[in-house]
Amino acid sequence: MKLITAVVKPHRLDEIKEALQAFGVQGLTVTEASGYGRQRGHTEVYRGAEYTVDLVPKIRIEVLVEDGDAEQLIDVVVKAARTGKIGDGKVWSVPVDTAVRVRTGERGPDAL
Amino acid sequence: MNGADTAFVLISAALVMLMTPGLAFFYGGMVRVKSALNMLMMSLISLGIVSVLWVLYGYSLTFGDDIGAGLLGNFDHIGLKGITVDTLTGGTEGIPVFAFALFQLMFAVLTPALMSGALADRVKFSAWALFITLWVSVVYFPIAHWVWQSDGWLFKLGVIDFAGGTAVHINAGVGALAAVLVVGKRIGFKKDPMRPHNLPLVVLGAGLLWFGWFGFNAGSALAANGTAALMAFNTQIATGAAMLGWLIYERIRHGAFTTLGAASGAVAGLVAITPSGAAVNPFGALLIGVVAGAVCSWAVSLKFKLGYDDSLDVVGVHLVGGVIGTLLVGVLATGGVGGLSQLGKQAVGAFSVMAYSFVVSWILAKIVDATIGFRASEDDETSGVDMAYHAESAYDYSAVGGSPSGRSSVAAASQDETAAVAAKIKKVDA
Repeated sequence: MKLITAVVKPHRLDEIKEALQAFGVQGLTVTEASGYGRQRGHTEVYRGAEYTVDLVPKIRIEVLVEDGDAEQLIDVVVKAARTGKIGDGKVWSVPVDTAVRVRTGERGPDAL
Repeated sequence: MNGADTAFVLISAALVMLMTPGLAFFYGGMVRVKSALNMLMMSLISLGIVSVLWVLYGYSLTFGDDIGAGLLGNFDHIGLKGITVDTLTGGTEGIPVFAFALFQLMFAVLTPALMSGALADRVKFSAWALFITLWVSVVYFPIAHWVWQSDGWLFKLGVIDFAGGTAVHINAGVGALAAVLVVGKRIGFKKDPMRPHNLPLVVLGAGLLWFGWFGFNAGSALAANGTAALMAFNTQIATGAAMLGWLIYERIRHGAFTTLGAASGAVAGLVAITPSGAAVNPFGALLIGVVAGAVCSWAVSLKFKLGYDDSLDVVGVHLVGGVIGTLLVGVLATGGVGGLSQLGKQAVGAFSVMAYSFVVSWILAKIVDATIGFRASEDDETSGVDMAYHAESAYDYSAVGGSPSGRSSVAAASQDETAAVAAKIKKVDA
């Protein structure tokens, strides 16, 4: 199994969710994240005092998939997340040793 | 008794009362999350403390008969002694003294609360309460007597201060500056980002202030007449113009029309039009507004250059706005009043209040600091004064992590409830 993690622009979440559903993904986890890449942060002004805000809001999406689906699923996420502008984010995958469905105790791919 | 005037002044008193919670929101939104409640409480507590002091001796010291030289009232009206429902201000066409006293009480409540913004995030709540108790007694009551009691020395000098440019705004601005110099900077001043945590709250507060200010300014006519109407009109014009003045300066200087700038500009305009009252015409009000908006927008940057941490710009808005309004009315006053001699009187009013307020406020802050300590401990300041002094946090971000301690019956009841719900779920599962 693989854990696919995508850190992307928040407003792309709906497209990504729909694309994943169309692909047949049963579940995913979404967390609000903040960070920066090459685009860095932005500047805000409060009564003339300028603050550089380094961390910009992002959405972190995590999906567990079987090994065979991983590459294709990454492509689906990347396509749905892309706007072509700087700051679109990153997608990566890491191997996962085991997964258990808490309710039934099923293990491995059966738990997905 | 004049019924229309009485009704108008009573309603105005209620309007001015709303300014203190409005100010609490205005300031509360500007601080960081960890001290939002403390900021609200620093204003709210004034409604409690000053109301009590007012009936004990405040009214008497401010509006009692002069003890001599126009400096202070006597103690004849302690506990509002000698005033009945039939006691009127002025002749048979006056208003009940109770209406007047209530209206004036709201000014005494608001003025110390104005200073709280300068001390955001870093003072002990008990020390603040003690400070405003002393401050309102030794600084505000005398100065209000100078300016508004008919025997007060600034009143007799002919200083125009319709609704409190000197007694309220210059006074609070200078008092705040003195207190800041005693208390010191916030940890991380000029280094850490200290962004406002909730700008919508700031706009709500500015809105309430603007609304209440019609009572503050027009109500100061103490009569439902043309003076009140012109003052209400001027208030609106100056405030709108000041908002534009601030925003235009900001757009040129910093590249954006900020929401905080709009709210701040409005308050700067309200401050600046306060002393002039109906002494200027609407065009004069417009000028006062634009100048106050643009100049205050520049003045709020001074604290970074000069290194005093006036956290929410009480000096930059109230002192600077108050001085602009107080001096400009000397030039712009209509009816042949405006001119060099009036400008001189206005300057005497502004600078005598500044000098007295600064020196006495500094001494009072030192006394508080030397006795119970003005400043919060470094730990409390870093982790947030809300927790340290109020045992609360402003926002519940997550239900995770809280559990009833069992010290109150409510907590115990909710524990029982949780157990009952858990049992029910178990049943469904089975």
